[in-house]
Amino acid sequence: MNEITSTIQVVPLEYYIFLSVTLFSIGVLGMLIRRNAIIAFMSIELMLNAVNLLMVAFSAFRGDAKGQVFVFFIMVVAAAEVAIGLAILTMIHHNRGSVDINALNKLKW
Amino acid sequence: MLEYVFYILSAISIACALLMVFAKNPIHSVLFLIGTFFSIAGHFVILNAHFLAIVQIIVYTGAIMVLFLYVIMLLNLNKESESTKPNIVKVAAVVSAGLLFLVMLASFKESIAIPLPEGTDGIGSVKNLGKVLFSEYLLPFEASSVLFLSAMAGSVLLAKKK
Amino acid sequence: MNLALLIPVLPLIGFIINGLFGKNLSKSSVGLIGSGAILGAFICTVVVFVSFVSGGSAATTVKAFDWLVIGDTTLSFSFFVDQLSLIMMSLVTGVGFLIHVYSVGYMHDDENYNRFFAYLNLFVFFMLLLVMGDNYLVLFTGWEGVGFCSYLLIGFWYKTPDYNDAAKKAFIMNRIGDLGFILGLFVMFSEFGSLQFTEVFADAAQYSEGNPAILGITILLFIGATGKSAQLPLFTWLPDAMAGPTPVSALIHAATMVTAGIYLIVRSHILFNLAPETMCIIAWVGAITALVAATIAVVQNDIKKVLAYSTVSQLGMIFIALGVGAYTSSMFHLLTHAFFKALLFLGAGSVIHAMSGEQDIRKMGGLKKALPLTHITFVIGCIAIAGIPPFSGFFSKDEMLAHIFNDSPALWVVASATSALTAFYMFRLYFLTFSNGFRGTDHQKHHLHESPSSMTTPLVVLAVLAAFGGVLGLPLELFGLEHGHFLQNFLGLEDSSFDLSHETEIFLMLGAVALAVASWLLAKRIYKEKQTLPAENVTGIQKLFVGKYFLDEVYEKVIIRPFQLLGNALYIFIEERVIDPVVNAFGTLSVKKGNFVKQLQQGNTGFYIFGIVAGVVLILVANLIWFR
Repeated sequence: MNEITSTIQVVPLEYYIFLSVTLFSIGVLGMLIRRNAIIAFMSIELMLNAVNLLMVAFSAFRGDAKGQVFVFFIMVVAAAEVAIGLAILTMIHHNRGSVDINALNKLKW
Repeated sequence: MLEYVFYILSAISIACALLMVFAKNPIHSVLFLIGTFFSIAGHFVILNAHFLAIVQIIVYTGAIMVLFLYVIMLLNLNKESESTKPNIVKVAAVVSAGLLFLVMLASFKESIAIPLPEGTDGIGSVKNLGKVLFSEYLLPFEASSVLFLSAMAGSVLLAKKK
Repeated sequence: MNLALLIPVLPLIGFIINGLFGKNLSKSSVGLIGSGAILGAFICTVVVFVSFVSGGSAATTVKAFDWLVIGDTTLSFSFFVDQLSLIMMSLVTGVGFLIHVYSVGYMHDDENYNRFFAYLNLFVFFMLLLVMGDNYLVLFTGWEGVGFCSYLLIGFWYKTPDYNDAAKKAFIMNRIGDLGFILGLFVMFSEFGSLQFTEVFADAAQYSEGNPAILGITILLFIGATGKSAQLPLFTWLPDAMAGPTPVSALIHAATMVTAGIYLIVRSHILFNLAPETMCIIAWVGAITALVAATIAVVQNDIKKVLAYSTVSQLGMIFIALGVGAYTSSMFHLLTHAFFKALLFLGAGSVIHAMSGEQDIRKMGGLKKALPLTHITFVIGCIAIAGIPPFSGFFSKDEMLAHIFNDSPALWVVASATSALTAFYMFRLYFLTFSNGFRGTDHQKHHLHESPSSMTTPLVVLAVLAAFGGVLGLPLELFGLEHGHFLQNFLGLEDSSFDLSHETEIFLMLGAVALAVASWLLAKRIYKEKQTLPAENVTGIQKLFVGKYFLDEVYEKVIIRPFQLLGNALYIFIEERVIDPVVNAFGTLSVKKGNFVKQLQQGNTGFYIFGIVAGVVLILVANLIWFR
């Protein structure tokens, strides 16, 4: 166990920050580029995971368990959100015939 | 030695993420995302968050991605039929994502890590995490069960055919 | 002396009660309150008069409250009790009371009975303010107030548009005169630092004759008087004002409001004595007005219009007298004129009432038998105005003529011609109305009746006053006292010097009487014996008279049209081209901006996501730039 914990001394925090930010930006990119609503949704999951990684990294570096508890709850919420979100997407597909984002344009002036 | 593990895992996660974004077939996207999740679970392990690593694999890859897969197959999306966006939108998207990346990096520059006091290893073990979870964070824990209940009821109601 | 405060307050109370609650009271209560208020004011006036005389005739000031406090100067709302104001107060309340009683009968069938009495009371209130004021500001308040009440009363039957036009005409012409008045007040204040009578007159005593400031003030005050007392060129409103009910014509346009200009000049006689040029102007304006109005009156066929032009003419004569400095005679004639002109107007009202609203004298005639009391009082009025002894008109007019001859024989010629014409047209009116046979319709003949006692009693009282009011001016030598007469000794005004020999005086007197009698005989011959009616088509110089010297048309073309054109031009060039586009532009701008902003709501989900990302980037950038 002790050697595993020495990761923290070996890999500095900035690396984890960099990794997390990168994953987050890739998630944003995915949201903006893809027109398929399901792929966009998956990009959201990617963003959430990036945040999770960051939190765990900080928790390890600070020796505080609270970060990991928070990650736990983020996972809980993400699960619930995916369930509902996919149900909504299914309904949209049922109503409009496709899950294209641009097909959802009724809420305009 | 450990840093090589870190580099390999990071490379896998970034590559899988990029491939997920740019894959044509939605099923391929799902698979790549699963790969990303696995590598992140690996990161959790080397960060000494064992419980979370297992939970990540079980919940995220095991439940959530399977759900995604179900929905994709249900909606018959295995063929890629979406039309591409105009080029200007793609460029704008890349630019904004890049901007966000830079700005966030800049924001994080200032963070300083306080050195780890001795004797606090192993906080990520199941036992220790469980202690914190059930003492300080009992209320959110129970509340999350209510959250699940409402999510279940909601999704059943939403997806019901009339 | 607090009783003096009560005098104007009583009519004001009458106005408030009748105005606010009159609709709920019975007609007799309204009449009672209205007349009672004036009667109360009259009794208070008599009491104050008596105590004034017995107290040694010392002028007193009764202060109500401080009105304007500007730095060091204070203009207070106070009343001045001296001989002049007491005489005016008695006239206003006394004649006013008689006319109120008359109105009880005359306006009995009118549905707006309470409004009429409320307005009448309000008018008396303002008139009392005018004559009782201690400074020019209170006088001006009353001045404006009576103008306003005159507008209300002339346009009393407001449902007829013509009457409204007449009321507006009166008010606007008054306003033009008031502009002169206000400017005069400004000059006065800047010159003397005060508007109070005693202070101004004490200061003015140090000025020499012909001072330009005094000249300016007097001319401007005279312009104000011209508007109010219907002199040239602002007299055309008075004949049109006959659109109001007859009691209104009697009260306002015979006895009280039109005398306000004369009161103003008599009150300020110290200032006017220092400006001989203004006096000359006053005399000649009065002369021209008198002659012009008399010539127009000769060809009028409406009973009230004849009396209206007669009023303008008589006021012109009084202005001639003022112009030569004969203040006492002017006041004397003002009093007697009030008596017999009010009498004539009320008599005319009685005739109109009997003829069921007919006012054209060509359709009257032979009313002698049907309206005996009215007939007798009317005769007395005609004789008085013609200046035939022993009635009051003779004494006052004769004194004025003597003073006028003393100053300028040319003016005397004009004044005498006017007197002759006056006798002529008044008797023409009398003969056409009361003599020979009845020329009206059968329907009117059936309804001929003498007026009720509420209307005839004031006629009788006024007839007595018109007949015997001359006693005020009887030379006191008859009673074995010193030179002068009662009114002169009482008023004590500084008239200009009078140096006619006794013989000249008597010669003038006889000449005037002879002229008047000759006019009467001429009128009798033409209208009674030969029974000629006023012709339908007029020729030659009569056209000028009938067309009222075309003054109204001149005013229309020279003054009113340019203003209308100016108004139209301003409307087109400024209102439509400048102001409207600017205001509309505000609305259009809002709509355009709204249109622009609403483009954001395209419903495009991708765009919304992009917006979110952009927002987050901005927030982080802001964080970096400003808060690090």
